[in-house]
Amino acid sequence: MLALVVNPVAGVGGPAGLAGSDGADVQLEAAERGSHPRAAERARLALEVVAATAGASRQSVLTAAGPMGEDAVRAAGLEPRVVSRPSGETTSPADTTAAVRALVSAGATLVLFAGGDGTARDVAAGLATEPVPSVGTAMRRVPVAGADERHGGTAALGIPAGVKMYSPVFAVSPRAAGALAAAWAAASESGGALPVQEREVLDLDETAMRRARVEPRLFGTMPVPYIVGRTQSRKAATPASEHAAVAAAARGAARAMRPGVRYLLGPGGTMAELARELGVAKTPLGVDVVLDGRVVRAGASEHDLVDEISRGPAKAVVSVIGGQGFLLGRGNQQFSARVLRLLDDDPLVVVAPEQKLIDLGGRPLLVDTGDPRVDARLAGFARVITGPGASSFYPVHAPEIEGEGHAP
Amino acid sequence: MSLPLAPKPAVRRFHQASWDEPVIFELSTPGERGVLVTPIEPGVRDAVGDVVAQLPAGLRRAAPPALPEMGQQRVLKHYLRLSQENLGADFNVDIGQGTCTMKYSPKINDQLIGVPQLTAMHPLQDPADAQGVLEITWNLERMLAEISGMAEVSLHTQGGSAAIWANIAMIRAYHEANGEGAERREVITTIFSHPSNAAAAKAAGYEIITIHPDAEGYPDLAALKAALSPRTAAIMVTNPEDTGIYNPAIKQWVDAAHEVGALASYDQANANGILGITRARDAGFDVCHFNLHKTFSTPHACGGPGAGANAVSEALAPFLPGPRVVRDVAADGSVCFDVQEAGPLSIGAVAPFHGVVPNIVRAYSWIMALGAEGLLAAAEIAVLNNNYLLKRVLEIPGASAPYAEGRRRIEQVRYSWQELFEDTGISSEEIGIRLSDFGMHYWTSHHPYVVPQPFTLEPTESYSMAEIDEYVGALAEVAREARETPEVVRTAPHNQTVHHTHHDDLDDPERWAITWRAYRRKYPSTGSGRRFGEGASAAVGLAESAA
Repeated sequence: MLALVVNPVAGVGGPAGLAGSDGADVQLEAAERGSHPRAAERARLALEVVAATAGASRQSVLTAAGPMGEDAVRAAGLEPRVVSRPSGETTSPADTTAAVRALVSAGATLVLFAGGDGTARDVAAGLATEPVPSVGTAMRRVPVAGADERHGGTAALGIPAGVKMYSPVFAVSPRAAGALAAAWAAASESGGALPVQEREVLDLDETAMRRARVEPRLFGTMPVPYIVGRTQSRKAATPASEHAAVAAAARGAARAMRPGVRYLLGPGGTMAELARELGVAKTPLGVDVVLDGRVVRAGASEHDLVDEISRGPAKAVVSVIGGQGFLLGRGNQQFSARVLRLLDDDPLVVVAPEQKLIDLGGRPLLVDTGDPRVDARLAGFARVITGPGASSFYPVHAPEIEGEGHAP
Repeated sequence: MSLPLAPKPAVRRFHQASWDEPVIFELSTPGERGVLVTPIEPGVRDAVGDVVAQLPAGLRRAAPPALPEMGQQRVLKHYLRLSQENLGADFNVDIGQGTCTMKYSPKINDQLIGVPQLTAMHPLQDPADAQGVLEITWNLERMLAEISGMAEVSLHTQGGSAAIWANIAMIRAYHEANGEGAERREVITTIFSHPSNAAAAKAAGYEIITIHPDAEGYPDLAALKAALSPRTAAIMVTNPEDTGIYNPAIKQWVDAAHEVGALASYDQANANGILGITRARDAGFDVCHFNLHKTFSTPHACGGPGAGANAVSEALAPFLPGPRVVRDVAADGSVCFDVQEAGPLSIGAVAPFHGVVPNIVRAYSWIMALGAEGLLAAAEIAVLNNNYLLKRVLEIPGASAPYAEGRRRIEQVRYSWQELFEDTGISSEEIGIRLSDFGMHYWTSHHPYVVPQPFTLEPTESYSMAEIDEYVGALAEVAREARETPEVVRTAPHNQTVHHTHHDDLDDPERWAITWRAYRRKYPSTGSGRRFGEGASAAVGLAESAA
């Protein structure tokens, strides 16, 4: 059954130029600057597509009370079934998480959520069997399902309504989200199911971002349904070929690995696939050191990496983090300037499916290690391994020395 | 006084025939026959004995083949029905299959290849009895050498990708002959070059490096220079690329490759916009290929058999595939043509024999009918048509032509519906399916989709302004529907034989079934005994409920 949760304050900070909407003080300031939340409106646009689908108009939608979904469901001409209420007059991230838990308990198979990256994190927390860290606490691992497994549990899909949407869990537009949800409902009615894929949930530290620093962090993954072309960054021929592209990139990297070299595997889905290819365990958010097919250090800190590099030849293995194209300096700060200075002249193995480069839309890859000399050494062109015996030469810029690449 | 005619509708009303025709195996009735063969007369049987038993055991089947058993009339109906469920090139304004160059192939060329002098030929026939067709082959090679500026041409390969394979095989043989085979292990291509280049080079054992467009949307020369090294065996590029963009720095690309000792290979499968305008050799290329289908009067893809032509510089001529047709001039001045086995440096046979004769004859006839001025005119009209189409398509709200924006294109354009998609949630695939309701073909792009929500159109020189306008009118109508009645688009096709299909089933080895035998194995609970047509599409892995 379809479900909807709306973050009523999502997107409020965007028009106000506040680089996000996290925190009650920011929301207040946005309101004072004359911003209106747009999440409910965008949720309505999505649900109208569901309502227009034959058969689905009779369908009721599980949701939370008032501005957290009920109003949007009604506005779209569908019947709300309210299973959760916010704790107070204003809503908080905890309300979103609690609402998602209630929706899952009530039998939701697909949770549509209107918001941005922060909302996605709260939804992921509601879907997870283990708690997901909130901002400011130490990150914990979230169980990661197999990338192409048919998911038996509840899936989620973002209706883009936030300021920051770096996580590939959003449809490209509200109507695209509605079309996907309608397809999901149609498939369910006929006893089938759309494929889902575990997608990364990223978020930025907005306080840092307001100081013009972009720090996307990987908070975990959630199962997201998709059909060709309707989810962001979803342009491969078919779901199977998309997963195959990631697996092929990982195989290409595995094939390029040499004995006696320490490979420092960074975070991200492609690195997880590489670990799978190598048959080793991977910490999803950490850096793990692999030597001759074995993990010799898991979840390594900068200090650990310096120690490992002192023991013999080493290379940092990185993928493209988030939608901005960062190789270094975002989400994998363990690869510090100090670590990179200790590596040899060719310090990086870059691994990514071709689609990740295509999704950059012509923008360069970026490095920001904090040391302009290291950045300058890495700038130019990178060989990106895209498959066994296949790579792309792709431009790498260093925004700190070239004045580019700042957050939009 | 004549009756007033109703005004012509803006968009053609069309309905495809739909016969719900079963797979032919489902029509089989045990014992039914098309021809009842007269029993062997006893005298004959006594005289010759059991002829089958005299065949070598390895050539004899243990059991008869499981062919459908049907009468002639039912076979005839079956195939006529299937033929009506086609949207053939001679029916529709076939400009929606960009990169396929779906231009008109003059019917007289088909008549020429139907003459008994050709249909009765066999490739193993004594060359003395095949002088005419060998002369046509030899002459066509010289014409293509002139068109490409190259020294030598071979018409040996039997398709575009086969010709690209021959290109990389020659490059490999060249480097090996120079003692650099072990060192030169990389081939560089661009993301908008035809994917067969990367695929063929990969199959030949090379590492593939792909170059993305630069900020202007042109192939990135700086990235190429960063990627080139003594490990580079060749650059293999298409130009104009699939975007229709002509690389203005193509000479610098070739020169940069030559500077590191690499060769330059030019994919001219889509040569339709450059005939008589540019030549591969003039830009310094060492090797190129043409598709005789597409450009030279044989329909592309399932419309006709493929045929490749490999054209090379003098340095690469010894490596051309063979056997080849040669021209001998005797001491008395008499000319005769012969078929010569591949030489010692040749990459050898890529396919049996010396070319696809029907395509060779059609191409020869097409070039002879047009002459040099005609080839140039064909290219110029193809480019003119394309740029007219570009202007008309860009008038449709939601359509765009990414990369090198504002510049002219050569013979095709890869467009994008991204803006329409963001407004409506209707994808390019859905627009293509709906367009078939108006009797039009439509193609998106090779994968991966570099242009978001892509579609690729190529009007060639064959289509009139009125036909181009008709195609644009249908596109605009579907784009309007996407905004005003999106459900009509989303649930299309409504007037077509084949209805909603799922790509996933075609991509999943567990689910696809491309032969009847595989279908019976994977879907044992369906198959014979059910109502005709039920699940017939699952036989090719298309049914939504196949899983």
